[in-house]
Amino acid sequence: MDQKLGCFFCSVRDSIRDLLPIIIVIAFFQIAILQEPIPNLGRLLIGTLLVAMGLTFFVRGLEMGLFPIGESIAYGFARKGSLLWLLLFAFALGFGTTIAEPALIAVADEAADMAAVAGVVPDQPQALARYALGLRLTVALSVGLAIVLGVIRILKGWPIHYLIIGGYIGVVAMTAFAPPEIIGVAYDSGGVTTSTVTVPLVTALGVGLASSIKGRNPMVDGFGLIAFASLTPMIFVMLYGMLL
Amino acid sequence: MDLLVGLAKTTLSTILDVLPIAGIIFGFQVLVLRRPIPHLRRVLTGFVYVLIGLSLFLVGLEEALFPLGKLMAEQLTDPQFIYGAASEVSTLLRWQDYKWVYLFGAAIGFAATIAEPALLAVAIKAQAVSGGAINVWGLRIAVALGAAMGIALGTYRIVTGTPLHYYIIAGYIVVVVQTAFAPRLIIALAYDSGGVTTSTVTVPLVTALGLGLASTVPGRSPLIDGFGLIAFACLFPMISVMAYAQIGQWRARRAGTRRQE
Repeated sequence: MDQKLGCFFCSVRDSIRDLLPIIIVIAFFQIAILQEPIPNLGRLLIGTLLVAMGLTFFVRGLEMGLFPIGESIAYGFARKGSLLWLLLFAFALGFGTTIAEPALIAVADEAADMAAVAGVVPDQPQALARYALGLRLTVALSVGLAIVLGVIRILKGWPIHYLIIGGYIGVVAMTAFAPPEIIGVAYDSGGVTTSTVTVPLVTALGVGLASSIKGRNPMVDGFGLIAFASLTPMIFVMLYGMLL
Repeated sequence: MDLLVGLAKTTLSTILDVLPIAGIIFGFQVLVLRRPIPHLRRVLTGFVYVLIGLSLFLVGLEEALFPLGKLMAEQLTDPQFIYGAASEVSTLLRWQDYKWVYLFGAAIGFAATIAEPALLAVAIKAQAVSGGAINVWGLRIAVALGAAMGIALGTYRIVTGTPLHYYIIAGYIVVVVQTAFAPRLIIALAYDSGGVTTSTVTVPLVTALGLGLASTVPGRSPLIDGFGLIAFACLFPMISVMAYAQIGQWRARRAGTRRQE
């Protein structure tokens, strides 16, 4: 612990190394391809320093807070043995973290504008807001269900690929019937649901559950919750597009 | 001064973002599990660190990297840049003209994925769980290569205007075939890495690229064609992570047979 704290500067250095590619790419394209000077160089440097500090704190907090609490909850539920509460927790975690996700709010608003252009909803602020909220609720619901399904899979030890491949067949089948303007949004909604705070928590939960249940391998069974959370929104959003 | 206001605003919104999660966790821990949280102080400090970290991270991105990244996405997709100063905007659309866009898409996809904190979290966990068999940097680079490929292909799709679902369905078929041959240990992790690539860093940069491209390429609509890049960035890491494990397995097997000889 003390050793870790002493090496705060090592982790800042690691974080700067993580950011180096992005700086190189931006500098290369700006100077070599676009042949323009970098505007606000000072501001860029300060921003990069902030990002590096942020990444350092985040990783430290991850190891102190998010990972241990995710695992301790998983062990707690495994010891208590109450399936209902575990599933309820899984749903609450999936739903609660998705509904407030800023990336999802942005995508939902854009999708509402697009639906208005396509003539699905009247182009009025109220109707648009309702459409966007409906979309957000749909995605949050589907993520909640995904985590529940993923937890059941860990408990039962089902092989993940059957479920994921089944989900793909669902996505492909829905694509054939869904209105074309929703397809792009639906495919993208899978990616935007999983936020930076949710991912470590959900991963720790899965790995914790798999390692506290006899006969489960944390590597084979513990991962996969995020895969479900990125797959089900596609199906549900296309369903939303078809029903409306 | 601007920076401080931005910092305060972002911290507030991060707190609002993390609050429901913390509420659910501590609520269940106290009300349902009825157990004290082990190392409560340490865990709470950890949460505060996550809050500080995310806020600094987001402010830094908003202040510096995003404006420049978005500006560059606009400049690179600008017809004036693509068709040269003569600006003879040909009605004939040639996909080769957009070569710098594909390259920028791939490079920014790779670089943004390396900086993605969610991916770092999963990689740390995977290294710990696998006992070091999966290496943090190996996984991150595999995922980043996948994202780079996906975004380059996604920008090509926007330029040519081919239907999104053809690509996605073809990608799914590759994933299914690889699943049959990849080592069992990697499969769940590979599926997960699709979802983690796209969060804080990647989504805004990639969205700007997609919208910029769809609004400048003749015949494309930003509303219909601007979407879909994120789907590409999610799909291809699954393929590249499974390939990473398959290559590792193949090399181990080859080394094994060589030793037997």
